[in-house]
Amino acid sequence: MNWYGVSAIYRFEMARMRRTLFQSIVSPVISTSLYFIVFGAAIGSRITEIDGVSYGSFIVPGLIMLSLLTESISNASFGIYFPRFSGTIYEVLSAPVSVPEILLGYVGAAATKSVIIGAIILTTANLFVDISIMHPLWMAVFLVLTAITFSLFGFLLGIWADNWEKLSIVPTLIIVPLTFLGGSFYSISMLPDFWQTVTLFNPVVYLISGFRWSFYENADVAVELSLGMTAAFMFICLLAIWWIFKTGYRLRT
Amino acid sequence: MTATAPVIRIENLGKTYAGGFDALKSINLDIDEGEIFALLGPNGAGKTTLINIICGIVTKTTGKVLVNGFDSVGEFRQTRSMIGLVPQELTTETFESVWATTAFSRGLFGKPPDPDHLERVLKSLSLWDKKDNIIMTLSGGMKRRVLIAKALAHEPKVLFLDEPTAGVDVELRQDMWDVVRGLRESGVTIILTTHYIEEAEQMADRIGVINHGELILVQDKNKLMRELGRKQLILNLDEPLNEIPASLDSFDLGFGNDASELVYSYDTQAEHTGITSLLSALSRADIRFHDVKTTQSSLEEIFVDLVKRIK
Repeated sequence: MNWYGVSAIYRFEMARMRRTLFQSIVSPVISTSLYFIVFGAAIGSRITEIDGVSYGSFIVPGLIMLSLLTESISNASFGIYFPRFSGTIYEVLSAPVSVPEILLGYVGAAATKSVIIGAIILTTANLFVDISIMHPLWMAVFLVLTAITFSLFGFLLGIWADNWEKLSIVPTLIIVPLTFLGGSFYSISMLPDFWQTVTLFNPVVYLISGFRWSFYENADVAVELSLGMTAAFMFICLLAIWWIFKTGYRLRT
Repeated sequence: MTATAPVIRIENLGKTYAGGFDALKSINLDIDEGEIFALLGPNGAGKTTLINIICGIVTKTTGKVLVNGFDSVGEFRQTRSMIGLVPQELTTETFESVWATTAFSRGLFGKPPDPDHLERVLKSLSLWDKKDNIIMTLSGGMKRRVLIAKALAHEPKVLFLDEPTAGVDVELRQDMWDVVRGLRESGVTIILTTHYIEEAEQMADRIGVINHGELILVQDKNKLMRELGRKQLILNLDEPLNEIPASLDSFDLGFGNDASELVYSYDTQAEHTGITSLLSALSRADIRFHDVKTTQSSLEEIFVDLVKRIK
């Protein structure tokens, strides 16, 4: 195992976060605060409680998940896309590092950043509403598992994209809508039956539901199903990455 | 593995790109430890593809590459940790400092931090006073040095220099070659491609010429220049000639810049160069001259001639 190689990639990626510290930390704090003002104060005054939890507290897991997904994807995709774009990827490809080591470096750093941002949002949310975490260990498991899974997805996106537009199109046009429609700001039990069934095809529902369960023991779907879906998505991403490195798709000619 | 085994062995190496283009056709080549090997060829000949396959950036279609006896695919950890690559393009981490990017390269190649080694490398490349500078603020020549520093950060046994002096000023180019000579003296094997053939002439121990994906020649540089190079004897005549007299027909003669310059081409490897006979014949023909000089064909002329012949 080339631990020095893993560490070099990881520290390189984390250094990028330090260079953009203001943008990395202040941006999620501001956007979370805005969500609380708009959704918590404006809508929350009309919806007092959902499943026995105040509306402001109810949306916290969804808000964290929203940032976690978008940050994981954008960090990991940029991390691998930029070296491809600038040409510096030659060094990683010619180095004695294996695929798992490359993933540990890039995906590990992206997931770390996302978890840090998730923790910042949780702290910020705590300033606006009371938050209780019934299962802190499971909350951490869901947080880390989701960060890793979507960082893997971001890594895939960074390899697939061959221009900047493609890099931003997936988070903007797919992930954000799926998160908004996945029960971030409401319980899917509030939807008509037909739309409840449709919503179950949205994978983000399972992430938010499981994560929310760890906070309030309220879930739209069984927590085991949430874990299983997250693990299944992670497995699919790992399989796709394995195929990419085996075939050299968009990396090696 | 014996002490005389080549540091790089390439066997029947072929590369066909997805579009069907044959970039390399069954290349066989041994590179000895500690030598400077210059790979010459026109644009698109396959030089960079060959280097990139050895380094692991491009996948081969057929054949195999051994580095110090290790297979470049099956034992990539061993082979890649022995290789340093200076790519053709100026690809650097724009926002990193010189020190950070060099330290990154060392770690990436599996070596523990060694600030003393990095300091030596940066000083040898006149980069020490720039170590805290952000790469985007450096000139093109300085960026090229940074790429060399990155390639040397993990103390490679084999260094690939893919046109390292392209776009570099003369002074810097000379500095780089001094570094290369120093590396060779420390036992590093160097494989370089360059468009400046005089550099290969000046630096290389052996020359390989590649064209259309085929290695058309591999030879000791001095032997190559002796065997394929032609020498010329140039005589500056007292009086210009209207034509070369028939009595001199048996000699390979021609006019130089004008009719007062007679040029005799001869083979240095031949048993008799014919110079004594020519001078006697000139005397008999009453052709007088006031100056004599000799020239030898350069590696560039040999290279151009070789490539033309293959075409």
